[in-house]
Amino acid sequence: MSALSLHPVLADFGGAIEFIFHKQVSNVTGGHKVGGFHQVLELALKQVEVSVVALLVAMIVAIPIGLYFGHKGTGELLAIGLGNASRAVPELAVIALLAAVVGVGFTTLTVALALLGVPPILTNTFTGINQVDRPTVDAARGIGMTEFEILRKVEIPMAVPSIMSGVRTSSINIIATATIAPLAGVLTLGNFILNENVYGANGVLAGAIVVAVLALIFEFALAGLQRRLTSKGLRLQAQ
Amino acid sequence: MRFNHKRPLMALVMLIAALALALGISACGGGSSSSSTESTEAETTTPEETTEETGEEGEESTGKATAITADPENEKISLTIGSKNFPEQEILGEIYTQALQAAGYNAKSDLSLGSETVALKTLKAGKISGYPEYASTALTAFFGLEPEEVPSGATPAWEKANAEFQKEGLEAFKPTPFASANAVGLLKSTAEKYHLKTVSDLEGVSEKLSLYGSPECEERIDCLAGLEKYYGLKFKEFKPVDIELRYSVLEKGQADLSILFTTDPELASKNEEFVILEDDKHVFPAGNVIFVTSQKVAEEAGPDYQSTIENVQLGLTLEVMQELDARVELEKESPAEAAAAYLEAAGYVE
Repeated sequence: MSALSLHPVLADFGGAIEFIFHKQVSNVTGGHKVGGFHQVLELALKQVEVSVVALLVAMIVAIPIGLYFGHKGTGELLAIGLGNASRAVPELAVIALLAAVVGVGFTTLTVALALLGVPPILTNTFTGINQVDRPTVDAARGIGMTEFEILRKVEIPMAVPSIMSGVRTSSINIIATATIAPLAGVLTLGNFILNENVYGANGVLAGAIVVAVLALIFEFALAGLQRRLTSKGLRLQAQ
Repeated sequence: MRFNHKRPLMALVMLIAALALALGISACGGGSSSSSTESTEAETTTPEETTEETGEEGEESTGKATAITADPENEKISLTIGSKNFPEQEILGEIYTQALQAAGYNAKSDLSLGSETVALKTLKAGKISGYPEYASTALTAFFGLEPEEVPSGATPAWEKANAEFQKEGLEAFKPTPFASANAVGLLKSTAEKYHLKTVSDLEGVSEKLSLYGSPECEERIDCLAGLEKYYGLKFKEFKPVDIELRYSVLEKGQADLSILFTTDPELASKNEEFVILEDDKHVFPAGNVIFVTSQKVAEEAGPDYQSTIENVQLGLTLEVMQELDARVELEKESPAEAAAAYLEAAGYVE
């Protein structure tokens, strides 16, 4: 049973890998071949570009708000509530709304993806800062630190792992969702996935594989960044 | 603590209000964007008018619609009618399903199968009994014909497709009166500005114009690839968009040209606003719908199967199909409701 059902699956994967590296014949293009390394690379780079920009925008928006409310210790309802509520907004609805107002294209897509990226970063930044040991903060205040110094020298370093885990969650959400970009004027790897008519089952699977690989690359890169940003003392403590 | 407690609370309330508003707006956006027309005064014809219309058209084309009678013998036979995943196909799938039910079959529908590749695979695997396909799509996508090799008449195209299907143990029933094709659409004002009537007229102008189409359009020979290859056109840019936005990008002024379908209800109800260019080099083959089934199912289901399907589609002229599309796409009826209304108005069922 398992050997029989495993075989076609492996064959599908073989076809998808083939699609990534070599152009293939398509029924609907009038003889023009599709896929291949050049096209895959081009679409993958677009997907990375739009994802990176959206992630940066999300961080620029979410981290300061999270720091502000986290430091003050108020607005928990807001930070968590906003985070959870905005997860309920369907991404396609956001794109459709923005498309109606500002039109389709790179900007629309970036804004929509950034909105998707904000909640995890905001929630985790708030929580990370808010959960810093209160006596530690009082001690810092006691030795004469200003509120800004407390935030910068005490709270942020302690909250780095939490903030970064929010960033990592967002990055996965964004890069995976960037596959719907071809519906909003930007050709990403989603082109292969959305257009089975043109690219065939091999193209669909190839697109999914490359998106998954990109997500892993983002994850590892951000994990590395997190290690570097975490202060030496905390890293030693963790060991 | 030297923080003022009142102001953050105020800010919090404001932000929650803003969030609620944003959610409200986006919810509305999701709904209205897909309709792509705000002033939906499509004024579709009342059932009585439809009867007249179908009656006339029916006489003109192949014969008059006759009421479907149920044969209790058919009850033992289970049929599953499929469709691809867009409104026109779903309406057709429902029309065939409900007609077969009226003929006494134990029929159900399995709509939204995805692309033609998926639909054909599902049919070959025996998971559906049959589904409606455009003859032109079958010839180009399944049997590798170039668009210019697709016969222009409905009957020759059906015969050619049927001959190919027969080799694979499948069978295609006779074509519908209406045909659907891709078309280059634009605002009437743009057409007047550049004096455009045919696609060939775009020569020398297309470099200044942007073309929007579904993502797959870029590579398809019956879409952008064909416009480039056979007309030698180069456009300022091609932008992929969701198929549902094909009219709103024109209305919003983002797209100069947009790929439309000849059966779109907007072309009938808003013909003062949108026009399509004549495809003078026949890059977009017009496809009449043929019902594709497997020979095995057709044999088991008996002669009522084929006769019911060929009978029920007699009333499906371009005008009727546009109206049915309007009911679903603009007025948000379900495909099943639209199909039921058609069967009743055309006199197939009581």
